[in-house]
Amino acid sequence: MTGVWALLHRDLRLAVREGGAIGTALGFFLIVVSLMPLGLGPDLNLLARIAAGVLWIALLLAALLSLNRIFEADYEDGTLDVLATGPLPLELVSAIKALAHWITTGIPLAILAPVLGILLNLDLNAYPVLVGTTLVGTPAVSFLGAVGAALTMKTRRGGLLLALIVLPLYVPTLIFGISAVSASAGPSGAGSSFLILAAVSLVTMVLGPVAAAAALRIQIQ
Amino acid sequence: MQTLTQRLANPTRFMELSARLLPWFVAASAILLVYGLYLSFFDSPPDYQQGETVRIMYIHVPCAWLSMMIYGLIALSSFGLLVFRHPLADVSAKAAAPLGAAFTFLALVTGSLWGKPMWGTYWVWDARLTSVLLLFFLYLGLIALRSALEDEGAAAKLTAVLALVGVTLLPIIKFSVNWWNTLHQPSTDFGATVDPSMRLPLLVMALAFTLMFFAMHLKAMRNEILRRRAKALRTQIIMGRDRLAAQGAAE
Repeated sequence: MTGVWALLHRDLRLAVREGGAIGTALGFFLIVVSLMPLGLGPDLNLLARIAAGVLWIALLLAALLSLNRIFEADYEDGTLDVLATGPLPLELVSAIKALAHWITTGIPLAILAPVLGILLNLDLNAYPVLVGTTLVGTPAVSFLGAVGAALTMKTRRGGLLLALIVLPLYVPTLIFGISAVSASAGPSGAGSSFLILAAVSLVTMVLGPVAAAAALRIQIQ
Repeated sequence: MQTLTQRLANPTRFMELSARLLPWFVAASAILLVYGLYLSFFDSPPDYQQGETVRIMYIHVPCAWLSMMIYGLIALSSFGLLVFRHPLADVSAKAAAPLGAAFTFLALVTGSLWGKPMWGTYWVWDARLTSVLLLFFLYLGLIALRSALEDEGAAAKLTAVLALVGVTLLPIIKFSVNWWNTLHQPSTDFGATVDPSMRLPLLVMALAFTLMFFAMHLKAMRNEILRRRAKALRTQIIMGRDRLAAQGAAE
């Protein structure tokens, strides 16, 4: 258990002290969202209607930016070899690394999302649901992303390949995240979509580390 | 007593068997394809609503069927590679991926050509179209990941992991797309029951396409095995030349 905390602590501290990654993701998120009205026109009714979708898609793209850092740096400086020979199973290592990614990227993006909602004239009643869905949905982004990051760890120009591999897998998260926000205004409420989104996140949190660890084992001999 | 898959683990034996089987597959699929095309173009009635354009179905449906079957085959081969370390499993998965992508692409193209006269547009965000499009992206991911890695052994296993991840998430993706579409518009049921006069040509075409795929798959697997042998020979020759050069230098 101390090993788990130590590794999580290390990853979080690295992310904070290296800087850059979190700020870049947040800046990218801000810019993509503010480009949308420039492309679509300043009609506030239109923007309010598509706000949830724009926010979610921009969030996914912003999270993609930092995904390839999950394993790459540790692979290059040999830390991953040490971790692989250490007492922690690789499944747990990849789960911790994905969790650290969620804490350093998923949570800041989820907190920024409602602020950007103002720019898009998002319905005020949808704010709690928006924060809820982004908080509950982003673990799926990090844990599926860890699988993609592990698969593309050794490739050059891995970033684009990572996007190609991972984005189709994000479809359920995207669909249920958006449908929960848009259903919150309707009569049925956000309940069912929200629960399915949580289920998708839980499934990826269980399966993701297993697949990521398998991919890591193949590459660290 | 060895099972068939165990006996096929020897590539030489596979090459012998496939060389004997391949002409039969090719001949059977060619005959069935000619018969099926004749049935679908001349010996089946035009639809009372869709008219002659219904004949696109006889190409479209087999392609769509193959697009799913081939992904299943890739997943099965990937499982065989990761769990049983079957030497031919990766050859099979590698050979099947571009074929699967091609049939998925054909299903999308024929579907949109069929959609233009029927629905008035080349593309609608219907749940089924969308999930086939996502399946196409999964195929592209498999091909791209394999081509990005230099070490062939690692590429094989990593692609297999990706294929298995894809096949576990596929039901969830499919379900979410269905959910998404029913949220936006009522689901339209295009798949009415099929009349017997159309069922026969459809069955023949589906069988012909499946056999055609297996013929191409066998051929592609043979090519891949030959390519690997050629590569192994080339490295042997280079190593032999280096050894001779070293001996020459020593003398």
